[in-house]
Amino acid sequence: MEHFLDQVINGLQLGFMYALIALGYTMVYGIIKLINFAHGDVFMVGAFIGYFGFAQWGLPLPLAVITAMAACAVLGMIIEKIAYRPLRYAPTISILISALGVSLFLEYFCSLRFVFGPNYRVVQRPFEEVHWSLGGVTVTNIQVMVAAVVIVMLLMLQYLIYRTKIGMAMRTVSYDHDAARLMGVNVDSVISITFAIGSALAAAGGVLYAIAYPQIQPFMGIMPGLKAFTAAVLGGIGIIPGAVLGALIMGQVETLTAAFLSSQLRDAIAFAVLIIVLMVRPAGILGKTNPEKV
Amino acid sequence: MFKNKWGPVLLILALGLVLVAAGCGGKEPAKSGEKVIKVGLVAPLTGDVQSFGEYTKNGFLLALEEAGYKAGDYKIEPVIVDDRNDANEGANVATKLVSQDKVKAIIGPVTTRSAIPVSDIANSNKVVMIASTATNEKVTVADGKRKEYVFRACFIDPFQGTIGAKFALDTLKAKTAAVLYDQTNDYTIGLANYFKDNFTKGGGEIVAFEAYSKDDKDFSAVLTNIARKNPDLLYLPDYHQKVSIIGKQAREKGIKAIFLGGDGWDSPDLDFATMSGGYFTNHFSADDPRPEVKSFVEKYKAKYNTTPEFCAALSYDATKLLLNAIAKANSDDTTKIKDILKDTKDFPAVSGKISFDKDGNPTKAITILQVREDKKYNYVTTVNP
Repeated sequence: MEHFLDQVINGLQLGFMYALIALGYTMVYGIIKLINFAHGDVFMVGAFIGYFGFAQWGLPLPLAVITAMAACAVLGMIIEKIAYRPLRYAPTISILISALGVSLFLEYFCSLRFVFGPNYRVVQRPFEEVHWSLGGVTVTNIQVMVAAVVIVMLLMLQYLIYRTKIGMAMRTVSYDHDAARLMGVNVDSVISITFAIGSALAAAGGVLYAIAYPQIQPFMGIMPGLKAFTAAVLGGIGIIPGAVLGALIMGQVETLTAAFLSSQLRDAIAFAVLIIVLMVRPAGILGKTNPEKV
Repeated sequence: MFKNKWGPVLLILALGLVLVAAGCGGKEPAKSGEKVIKVGLVAPLTGDVQSFGEYTKNGFLLALEEAGYKAGDYKIEPVIVDDRNDANEGANVATKLVSQDKVKAIIGPVTTRSAIPVSDIANSNKVVMIASTATNEKVTVADGKRKEYVFRACFIDPFQGTIGAKFALDTLKAKTAAVLYDQTNDYTIGLANYFKDNFTKGGGEIVAFEAYSKDDKDFSAVLTNIARKNPDLLYLPDYHQKVSIIGKQAREKGIKAIFLGGDGWDSPDLDFATMSGGYFTNHFSADDPRPEVKSFVEKYKAKYNTTPEFCAALSYDATKLLLNAIAKANSDDTTKIKDILKDTKDFPAVSGKISFDKDGNPTKAITILQVREDKKYNYVTTVNP
């Protein structure tokens, strides 16, 4: 039993990690119906800036996280302005290709020697890992930290979207761009702010990821990005609690498969679950099935 | 973005000009009448095993420099390409070497992952290839058929896995072992299987035999399982980056087992603090007292200001083998070069005397090293075949 709980906690850690990235995917999708493929790479940039912050510039960890979040918020706004805004009224496929282009550009640009360089770096953790034993089950301070950050972010986002003016503007824009504009909402700046928030979340996720799995490199965003995107779809893309739910399910499925079935089947079963869920509920677990307004 | 409708066109033209200029800068046309053989080097100059690529390139250039970029009457022109330790990229750059650069021989690739596709391309185009450090059997043999033009300078995985298992049983007195391997990489699959077979045959018990994928970072599920079984030994037959992160998580899960691995560990990028006390089977030790090793280490240190590791030694050996064969053939006919290589007997190489068996594999000794926290290795023993 303790062994099972240990594995569930391992799965929770992985799931919360995916959730950090999935939140950004789902926010951007919710507002402009765009799958921002560059999101995983913004996550990578955040991990690197955070690492430089606490390992090389000697900043305290919270300040390093804030620096990474601020830098990535700006990066997100720049990406939106250069790669997505000029295509806002172009066919969806053009924006999708543009997003893939940005993703590849970030990966290869960051692996240039005068940027981050192509090599793997070992991250020296800014604090020691502490183990707590709760009735035979082991929990680490990193696991607690990751879970806390995800829950706080989830609550903050829910508050932002349903209780603030900018949140109301976001919901309006997501419902209908043109109507929102006619009502006097500055659509461009709302979208810009959405990208800034999503990218800042990705950066925080990146720094935490680098601390939990202490090794970073310019292509580190691809796999977690893909898994988090899958998680967002599983939970119902565009729905914020759905992203967290989907991510937690992905984490559990992967971990429990590796632990109790076979480590070889890990990814195969995780993606099979996605396919099965989408066959039953095409809009994802928390998704609404009413026809989408295009 | 562009106010002027000609803006994009001008930008593309400008980019084109820059590319053309960059392309012209690098190449010096050969002087007329001079006989030239182009030799390609395929190595991971960027990516997860970048340190291997760096050392391989250094060893290659050191051997060429020593020979004055000449073999027989031929001037040797190196063409160096990067495969990023990726099988697709390896096939791409090898195709470029063969069809565009028209190389007669290839040194490398470093890793099995890339060496298998590259060896197929080299062999079918009758280009001589000497893999420096790719240890999987499939590099020189496909479906039981020998790739005539392909050789290598290193021993192969069955030998490495067997010696690893023997060492674990006889010297480390391990009774139980867990194995973690990358299911997307023939190198680690090969080592894992040979270790498992021989460890079991020798009376040991494998308590866990678990797989992961190249991009996995989280090993907590399988390591939690392994921690409960408390094995004496953890066999980690992957490259230094991966074993460092697995080793760290294993220790965090409270696994006290001795770590054991293969030649993929030998790199300054290994996490020495985590892996200290672990053992690995290797091709070469810079502390080996043989005169060939001493003089190589001195030359290498003089040129690059650092101690060479196995990739440097083996690419140096592979290049010397090739230059020797070209000089003896004194021809750019690759069939002649390959025939001379095939009959090589007791070639005095840094990593031991090289004679090729019928599959193009050298028979030579294996070295076992122990990792120390101060980024050095203890020389443990040498095992002869």
